[in-house]
Amino acid sequence: MQFTDTASSVVSLAASEGPKMPLIPYIPELIFGFVMIGILYLVVSKKVVPNLEKAYEERRAAIEGGMEQAEEAQAQAQAALQQYEAQLHEARTEANAIREEARAEGASIVAEMRDKAQAEANRITESASRQIEAERQQALVSLRSEVGTMSTTLASRIVGESLEDEVRQKGIIDRFLADLESGTVRPEKVSAEATVAAPASSAGATEQGQLDLGTDGTAGRDA
Amino acid sequence: MILTALTAGTTTAVPGAEGGEGGFSPPTPDIFWLPVGGTFITEQMVWGGISVLILSVVMVALSKNAAVVPSKGQWMMEGFYNLARNGIARDMIGSKDFLRFAPLLFSLFSLILLNNWFGILPPVMNPTFGKIGFPIALTLVVYVVYHWIGFKKHGVKGYFAHMVPDGLPGWIRPAIFVLELITYFVTRPLTLALRLFGNMFAGHMLIVLFVSAGAYFLTQDVLFKLLSVPTFLMAAVMVVFEALVQFLQAYVFTLLSASYIAGALADDH
Repeated sequence: MQFTDTASSVVSLAASEGPKMPLIPYIPELIFGFVMIGILYLVVSKKVVPNLEKAYEERRAAIEGGMEQAEEAQAQAQAALQQYEAQLHEARTEANAIREEARAEGASIVAEMRDKAQAEANRITESASRQIEAERQQALVSLRSEVGTMSTTLASRIVGESLEDEVRQKGIIDRFLADLESGTVRPEKVSAEATVAAPASSAGATEQGQLDLGTDGTAGRDA
Repeated sequence: MILTALTAGTTTAVPGAEGGEGGFSPPTPDIFWLPVGGTFITEQMVWGGISVLILSVVMVALSKNAAVVPSKGQWMMEGFYNLARNGIARDMIGSKDFLRFAPLLFSLFSLILLNNWFGILPPVMNPTFGKIGFPIALTLVVYVVYHWIGFKKHGVKGYFAHMVPDGLPGWIRPAIFVLELITYFVTRPLTLALRLFGNMFAGHMLIVLFVSAGAYFLTQDVLFKLLSVPTFLMAAVMVVFEALVQFLQAYVFTLLSASYIAGALADDH
């Protein structure tokens, strides 16, 4: 009660001539203090701080964005390097594989060629031996007929008569040749017959030639 | 303004001076009573309003085109703002909640700083917060804010329980509760307002005292005229000193406001 009295008297004093006591607020100033801080707070919170905070946020974003970009670029470079290394590795592997393949292929080609050459050589050898055989047979046959003819001619000349009977003639020659092959005909006998029938030299020569032909034919067959 | 104050001082001094020796009377708290004309408006109110106008215009202009790469003006503005934002709000309240209190703390800091410096700025030469009505207004704002967020965060019962630190023996808790209650509801606002008011009041009184004493010495004979030189010099020193004190008081007021807000927001002691 007393306090309110004092306060009202102070206020009335303040309103009249200003407060003598500096610790008693002058009410218009107190109210105006609220107005001052109110207006300034409105301006600061609506106009000043949002702008500055926006700038701070943008600056932070710009810095972090720059860092992110740098990191991204680094990651890209790393990825490119890895890709390059992978490609290099792949290329190396591929080159090795190709080299191996080529080596294997070369070896197989060589083996194949060797086989082919061997086969060719065999074929050539075989055909040559067949030809030789054929020629030998041919020679044998022609020689046989020729020997036949020659011996008949010779015999007819020696005997002085022509062995005109074909059948008989053939039979004689074949029997002679068969005897010759089976070895029943003894050279001594032949030479004795020949010595009896004809001059020794010529008979010997004929006999010798027949024996030679025989050995020759065996040799040719062996080769 | 100082000249008005001086004339007020001399008018009170003159009758004594006419009486002869010891005519100088030191300035009284009356030098703060500066009504404009015959209205209820005081000079402090006028300068306070002008300070709000200046701050609003300058800060809006400097932050209007805020960009990633700051202009020189924006850079200065950011430095000033960061002093309150990072140096006070973030350090005291913590990075989680500080941003919603940054505008209030920055408003308090800039308003108090400019009005304090009015005490030594030539056209004004009168610290607005030398009148206790203004510090009380700001303190009440802070008072309501920190209690409001405290009640909002902890609930009415939780907020009172939160005032007593944990881990105290049971018998001491009531006493501590009473002490904390007084701290939260009486001591803090009282000291917050009185600290700012007292510093501004006393600082202005000191400067006026030295200047008026120097001016008084000039009206006396030669010896006193010589004495006026160190007196004016002392007044100049006091002005420089006051510049520091005025900045410091603005900083301390904002810092303690942030501290009270942080205390009300804290999860525990």
